[in-house]
Amino acid sequence: MINKYLEYLKNYDGADVTIMEVCGSHTAAIAKSGIKSVISPKIHLVSGPGCPVCVSPSGYVDKLIDLALNQGITIVTFGDLLRIPGSKYTLNEIKGQGGSVEMVYSPMDMIELAEKNPDRQYVFGAVGFETTIPVYTLLLDLIIDKKLENVKILTALKCMPPVIDWLCTNGAHIDGFIAPGHVSVITGKNAYIPLSDKYQIPFGITGFEPKELVAGIYGIVKLLENKDKYTGQSGALVRNFYTSVVTDEGNAMALEKIDHYFEHGTAVWRGMGSIADSGLYLRKEYEKYDAGSRNLDDDKKINNACRCDQVLMGKISSKECPLFGKVCTPLNPQGACMVSSEGSCYQNYLNK
Amino acid sequence: MIITMAHGSGGAATSELIDEIFVKAFDNKVLTEMEDSAVVEGSGRIAMTTDSFVVTPIEFPGGDIGRLCVCGTVNDLLMRGATPKYLTCGFIIQEGADTQVLQKIVKSMADTAKEAGVNIVAGDTKVVEGNGQIVINTAGVGFVPEGINISAKNITAGDVIIVSGNLGDHHAAILGSRLAIDNKIESDNAPLGEMVKGLLEADIPVHTLRDVTRGGLATVLKELSESSRVRIELEEDALPVSNQVRDFCGLLGLDPLYMGNEGKMIAAVPAEYADKAVEIIRSSRYGEKATVIGQVLETENTKGELYLKTAIGGLRALDVLQGEGLPRIC
Repeated sequence: MINKYLEYLKNYDGADVTIMEVCGSHTAAIAKSGIKSVISPKIHLVSGPGCPVCVSPSGYVDKLIDLALNQGITIVTFGDLLRIPGSKYTLNEIKGQGGSVEMVYSPMDMIELAEKNPDRQYVFGAVGFETTIPVYTLLLDLIIDKKLENVKILTALKCMPPVIDWLCTNGAHIDGFIAPGHVSVITGKNAYIPLSDKYQIPFGITGFEPKELVAGIYGIVKLLENKDKYTGQSGALVRNFYTSVVTDEGNAMALEKIDHYFEHGTAVWRGMGSIADSGLYLRKEYEKYDAGSRNLDDDKKINNACRCDQVLMGKISSKECPLFGKVCTPLNPQGACMVSSEGSCYQNYLNK
Repeated sequence: MIITMAHGSGGAATSELIDEIFVKAFDNKVLTEMEDSAVVEGSGRIAMTTDSFVVTPIEFPGGDIGRLCVCGTVNDLLMRGATPKYLTCGFIIQEGADTQVLQKIVKSMADTAKEAGVNIVAGDTKVVEGNGQIVINTAGVGFVPEGINISAKNITAGDVIIVSGNLGDHHAAILGSRLAIDNKIESDNAPLGEMVKGLLEADIPVHTLRDVTRGGLATVLKELSESSRVRIELEEDALPVSNQVRDFCGLLGLDPLYMGNEGKMIAAVPAEYADKAVEIIRSSRYGEKATVIGQVLETENTKGELYLKTAIGGLRALDVLQGEGLPRIC
């Protein structure tokens, strides 16, 4: 079956189509699979804002740095966040200036640290999309249960549907979306129906194995070819190719938890600007656990020639940015897309 | 006993530490002479190398810093076709270290040295302020037999690339123990003398050997492709990775191609010798999973080229490791 799909994608000679993936794990999986080298040049795979680290603005990083350097707080966070530039420094760089920064693999690891050192203050740098946010709700459960007084979180939490909507209205020229696999486990398939109906764009929820990617891309190209048939039918262009883990409704318990702790608000996406309702912030009743996450809107470009914004919107490929691979490399990232291993420029650099 | 600054004073406490721990364990004629420098036998082409070991934790599943420092140094000598003979070691010990731990590490060094057929003939100890960490620097000397010319520059179009076993075990073991992730992954730290000796004794015309340490297979092969100015194409399906390490990598967003090993090497040999070479490595200690993973082609690119043929037939260009190889978050 896969060979049949691959054959079809290889020989595709219809209209040029641009398909965007909006999940960092997809960006990495597509690059690693080498799929772009085996499908028709008429099928353009572009990477959207799928990496939560990449889209966190410099103001957020600056706040973490301020907490560490000026308030003696230990910042606990994921590896990728250490490399993303603030207006002047990265978290990695301030470690050498006496800032206390701990890298962990699970937010829960902070609980143990905080219990061991009750005199020290900890702040978790909580970035993420729908996939990661439920983990923060569990962290909050624990902080509250254990009555920990020395732990807070600084959030840069974002939601996928509002940014997809924003892309569709801001001239990104996308014909179809590979809907994020992990995010969809939480949101469910139905979350994409309003967007698909509004813009008449196919969404294919896809897994991460090379074969799953092939099947997903095939499905989306087929939907595009037969688009006329589906016009006017609500939800007809939304397909779930990842049924082993994604349901129509999503994970109700996780969604409930998110809603319990967080409320929607405007958020700044690095290089893209402010997008209404795309962020999540701790509700008023829980604000004592917030280390000051609201209004961290500064979004300073390190290099004015950086075109991350257009890369994130799928308007240009990484290679069309004048800095790509020359001034901007993974060791010296000038923009967010080159920072994380999930960033599209980073992946394009590694998998030239 | 806890190490204090007095153990680094050069006085009685230092002598006691040296006599009781190092000399006892490393016991050999040259060392026990306790001269200012070791005078050893040997002639011909000498291979020399040095390495420093700063791993934390110093004890980890499958090994410790003692075994690691001997393996690392011995393997570096072996990769030029040298027969390793002598090691030196410098200990930099932070005050607060426990002599029981030190003793264990030193015993592990002695055992590994014995296994690898080398003598530790000179050493030095310093104590510095700190919180009990131990850092070891080693130097190694070996002798290169006549007619052997194994070098990073010698990979040739028509060669195959053989890897001596599963990738990523050491990296996963260290990371797992740092993060307290329960699993059964053990470090692969091992001296590779038996397999190298086997290849040379069977007159396999080995072009290049390289231990696949920091930066992992992709980094090592990319660098070699540049040194030898060749194009290397790896088969994704052929790369040996244990299921445990594969799952560990999947969980943390790591790539086995970029994970460090301490008991694995690659060998570049002409294709017609591939089967024989694999058989020799497989029958040697630590080489059971050896396999051919790719082939070598010509290129005009002065930077060399490294490609991975993916399972669906795509071609992925691989570069050296960038930055620290941090895990992704989702």
